[in-house]
Amino acid sequence: MAELTAVIGIGQTKHAAKRIDVSMAGLIREAAERALADAECTWADIDAVVIGKAPDMFEGVMMPELFLNDAVGGAYKPMLRVHTAGSVGGSTGIVAASLVQAGIHDRVLCVAFEKQSESNATWALSISMPFSVATVVGAGGYFAPLIRGYIRRSGCPEEIGIQVAVKDRLNALKNPYAHLQLADITPQMVRDSPMLWDPIRYLETCPSSDGACAMVMAKESIAKRASKPVAWIHATEMRSEPTMFSGRDQVMPRATLDNAKSLYEKAGITNPRKEIDCAEIYVPFSWYEPMWMEGMLISDTNQGWKMTESGATALDGDFPVNMSGGVLSSNPIGASGLLRFAEAALQVRGMAGEHQVDGAKKALGHAYGGGSQYFSTWIVGSEKP
Amino acid sequence: MSDKKPEEKEGPVQVLQTPVRLEYVFSAGQSASRLLGAMAKGKLLGQRCPVDGRVYFPSRGSCPQHGVPLDGAPVELADKGTVATYSIVRIPIEKVPLELPYVTVQVVLDGADTVLMHLLKCDVDKVHMGMRVQAKWKPREEWTSSVENILYFEPIDEPDAPYDSFKEHI
Repeated sequence: MAELTAVIGIGQTKHAAKRIDVSMAGLIREAAERALADAECTWADIDAVVIGKAPDMFEGVMMPELFLNDAVGGAYKPMLRVHTAGSVGGSTGIVAASLVQAGIHDRVLCVAFEKQSESNATWALSISMPFSVATVVGAGGYFAPLIRGYIRRSGCPEEIGIQVAVKDRLNALKNPYAHLQLADITPQMVRDSPMLWDPIRYLETCPSSDGACAMVMAKESIAKRASKPVAWIHATEMRSEPTMFSGRDQVMPRATLDNAKSLYEKAGITNPRKEIDCAEIYVPFSWYEPMWMEGMLISDTNQGWKMTESGATALDGDFPVNMSGGVLSSNPIGASGLLRFAEAALQVRGMAGEHQVDGAKKALGHAYGGGSQYFSTWIVGSEKP
Repeated sequence: MSDKKPEEKEGPVQVLQTPVRLEYVFSAGQSASRLLGAMAKGKLLGQRCPVDGRVYFPSRGSCPQHGVPLDGAPVELADKGTVATYSIVRIPIEKVPLELPYVTVQVVLDGADTVLMHLLKCDVDKVHMGMRVQAKWKPREEWTSSVENILYFEPIDEPDAPYDSFKEHI
């Protein structure tokens, strides 16, 4: 039987387009020290450190974990780096949790970050390969045809992408850490924003951010002594699949469906729509809200957009999604997955501030990456599983 | 670069420019070597998965789904196909020989069971799923062992393919 594990501390930076006031190390330190303070512990209490970030090419710094060892308090302790593309923040949290769940360590710190201003992620995502033709620039170019596939299958109206774009930015206004603060955003403003990769408009995409997120996880005997509420980890799950193979469902990959089924089974959830109180889902382009509502089996196939349309996913809806403002409001890529996991934990701790969902007891954190080929998820609860 | 010497600059040094340049040597391997060699002759060679019989193009020698080597005997494919899905792009990128806005497509080549990501030269208002297209090659004398021998695809005068015939590739 695995050790019962909880999140006892959470920290994040103020996310912004350029955090030139801090180095990469300083950025990480800002999040990590906030997590330690929240966990009411010191660097000496940490047994091991797990660090995650997206591809090294995003900043052009190879293996940054080498020079960041001291910044994350890794000296003379076990330290390891995780990489699973855009989902890496989520899998970093899961690796940290598993070190406690396995009974190997008592308290583990995980940190994930990206300092996008130091290079150009869109360039890094557009490297030409000798066996394929350069066709598009950035992740939007890759995902736009898949979104079109979803729209074709589901009959999702154009309004849905706009609605999500507005909702998440309004939620971000309640989150002081969020990068984008677009107080005057309206559906018309989204509609009028430039079409970048049809059907994705400028305001339907995520920003490029500098930021970091950190969490302290602890075993039950430590967590139950915490003076603040903790988030108990009910279940974690990861899945992957190849980017391309014949007959691959690129819109709704098998890996997401398998991941969701297994996660809920581990968490003892039979009706996710009813039993989960709120969710932070990795939505880098607004259309991915309805897509992952289906990919996480919260909605029936081709019906996910109806949740958005009905207002169910709004902060005051019956299934709030991306209360923090989501990836659409802050996207330090490597940290983005961990931020989703952290928001889920903040919600069940009752510590989400103005974007708190009243009485949230069970929350879903979700991340995906690569060509929709890595999925990391967890369920956290205010009560022990 | 600024005209001033660094020590004459005022205020803290917050950002330094440190350009990095990378050149790769790509070991093609048997499969990509054959593919690229055939491209130099204007031929598109796919390979079949021995497990489910599906034809991969471009093939990398093994089936990503089943983890087995693809059949050694190559399958020659037409340079015509069907648009499974697409996007209209309004952000410029180096190397794309089309003016903005341009169309990117996932094409299912006739005889292949995979999608090929490529460019489509057409009126952007006309592009649609199921559209029939054909490769526009560079002039023969410019062909090299490169997938870039195909400049882009162009619409052809054939009836649209029915949705059911390509929907699994979206």
